[in-house]
Amino acid sequence: MSRGRYGEFGGQYIPETLMNELIHLEESYEFYKKDPEFNKELDTLFKEYAGRPSLLYYAEKMTKDLGGAKIYLKREDLNHTGSHKINNVLGQALLAKKMGKTRLIAETGAGQHGVATATAAALFGMECEIFMGEEDTIRQALNVYRMELLGAKVHPVKSGTKTLKDAVNEAMREWASRVDDTLYVLGSVMGPHPFPMIVRDFQSVISKEAREQILKLEGKLPTAVVACVGGGSNAMGSFYHFIPDEGVRLIGCEAAGKGVDTALTAATIATGSVGVFHGMKSYFCQDEFGQIAPVYSISAGLDYPGIGPEHAYLHDIGRAQYVPVTDDEAVEAFEYLARTEGIICAIESAHALAHVRKIAGDMNSSDIIIVTISGRGDKDVAAIARYRGLDIHE
Amino acid sequence: MNKIKQAFSNGKAFIAFLTAGDPDAESTVKYILEMEKAGADLIEIGIPFSDPTAEGVVIQEASLRALQGGMTTEGVFGIVEEVRKQSNVPLALMTYLNPVYHYGYDKFFSRCSSLGVDGIIVPDLPYEEKREAEEVAAKYDVKVISLIAPTSSERIQMIAKEAEGFIYVVSSMGVTGVRKEISTDIDSIVRSIREVTDIPCAIGFGISTPEQAKKMAGSADGVIVGSAIVKIIEKHGANAEREVYEYVKSMKDACRQAQ
Repeated sequence: MSRGRYGEFGGQYIPETLMNELIHLEESYEFYKKDPEFNKELDTLFKEYAGRPSLLYYAEKMTKDLGGAKIYLKREDLNHTGSHKINNVLGQALLAKKMGKTRLIAETGAGQHGVATATAAALFGMECEIFMGEEDTIRQALNVYRMELLGAKVHPVKSGTKTLKDAVNEAMREWASRVDDTLYVLGSVMGPHPFPMIVRDFQSVISKEAREQILKLEGKLPTAVVACVGGGSNAMGSFYHFIPDEGVRLIGCEAAGKGVDTALTAATIATGSVGVFHGMKSYFCQDEFGQIAPVYSISAGLDYPGIGPEHAYLHDIGRAQYVPVTDDEAVEAFEYLARTEGIICAIESAHALAHVRKIAGDMNSSDIIIVTISGRGDKDVAAIARYRGLDIHE
Repeated sequence: MNKIKQAFSNGKAFIAFLTAGDPDAESTVKYILEMEKAGADLIEIGIPFSDPTAEGVVIQEASLRALQGGMTTEGVFGIVEEVRKQSNVPLALMTYLNPVYHYGYDKFFSRCSSLGVDGIIVPDLPYEEKREAEEVAAKYDVKVISLIAPTSSERIQMIAKEAEGFIYVVSSMGVTGVRKEISTDIDSIVRSIREVTDIPCAIGFGISTPEQAKKMAGSADGVIVGSAIVKIIEKHGANAEREVYEYVKSMKDACRQAQ
């Protein structure tokens, strides 16, 4: 078995052209992750630039309304750039700088990872090019302009389904043509090793903080940790430091789109099978011949036909549970959180909230749920309005 | 009996690629036979994949056309079966790992073997990962072709030592597709390979003109051309017979002139 395995999942299924660069990246990462200077710089960036630690907020009204478990929100939406994506991006951009790279490229779905990468590139004075499915550049036009404002060049990807998976394809093609000065800042816990490990490590700050925060606030560990899953970076970050705590249930919420019994879904664990794609062995939505299926979700950030290999492993060994959440349920949860707690969250995060609404009432008042609000919802407001039949555009 | 050796026994080899099912299965069979007639020494048949990440626009679009036309892995084996009724030309399949993984390694390579497919080229199966497919392929005498890239440097000899069939030397960074110039120092890569093995080296990526073919064939044992052929088929659809023949003939002639 090659490097970077989680059970049978993971690996490095990538063209030879990129192999030396991946090895170089892994060696650099292994060196800098033990380097006190690197860690100090990253910590300072987290605290002084991104606004960490993020709050662990007791959602009292929601708790009372649902009448069961005590609900805490891990507020990644309050980070600079409005989502958890900045955690990984600051880490990778700093690593790129140490490696002597001067150019960052990235894929983006909803635009949050693209915005975060463009932000870090601006901060570090690096060139930045973002690959975004043409479909998504239309759905998230404001984020395209935001990235351009930050100095990035945005390439609308016109191949395939013109969404996130095609943006990853194009970013990989671009990286294979220019590795010397460029780091591909992968946005999720996916792709070839070492990306699933690097992204998980940088995102694990979420569970590191949440675990300390809940122990301080409640003196005990939560009953469950809930997060949404596309590729799975915020979920992996939210789960990671709780994995050894066997009593803590880990629940990932996949985008079911119109439902797992329809073709319009992106729920990989619920509807997919094992395959090899985008550099990793994992679960993918695909047909009987291994052609990657077009997927659908109201959420551009969860609209991806695969899931990170460590999630695939946590699923297989039963350590984490993955549940599908439909567009309808997510939109209702989006509106519910706005009205109940005065928080407009990302439609991605609303998938996690929707599941919390299903389970909290059946739990006891001594139970605690931590749900990660992975991003803020400003970017989704117009789309939700349209979903509700209002003709509002950004 | 594996026929890859035979492909390198007529002077410098010309290896021709086309995407199965573009524009349809019958045309693919017809073009394979034409290419053999025109002097192609080995034919690489692409099993179309939905997300060909190592491919440039030309082959991406051909893959999409083939899939939209209903081509499947099963359909590609059907094409090979037809070809085998009329020809003994050395054949290799080119695809991504997922279609092979899904078909099942054992079933896939046993099918290859019974139809006389001699090799398989999988761009997303690097040295570190090849074992899972190679062990099964070996059982059926199907060669898993190793790729060496401009960035391989100290990996060249590690890969070359275990290579079988022939070595696919990737001429350029990036993805497949026609290039005006090839700037990689191919000679030094081939020299490095030669220190550890004498299996044939063929150069691919970016080659489209007879001049390039002659020059590249001079540096190795053969050249591989894909996008330029796929482009001809894209332009002429089901009526590309003559153009494909003429083009392959001119390329094989150029290879013959190489020193």
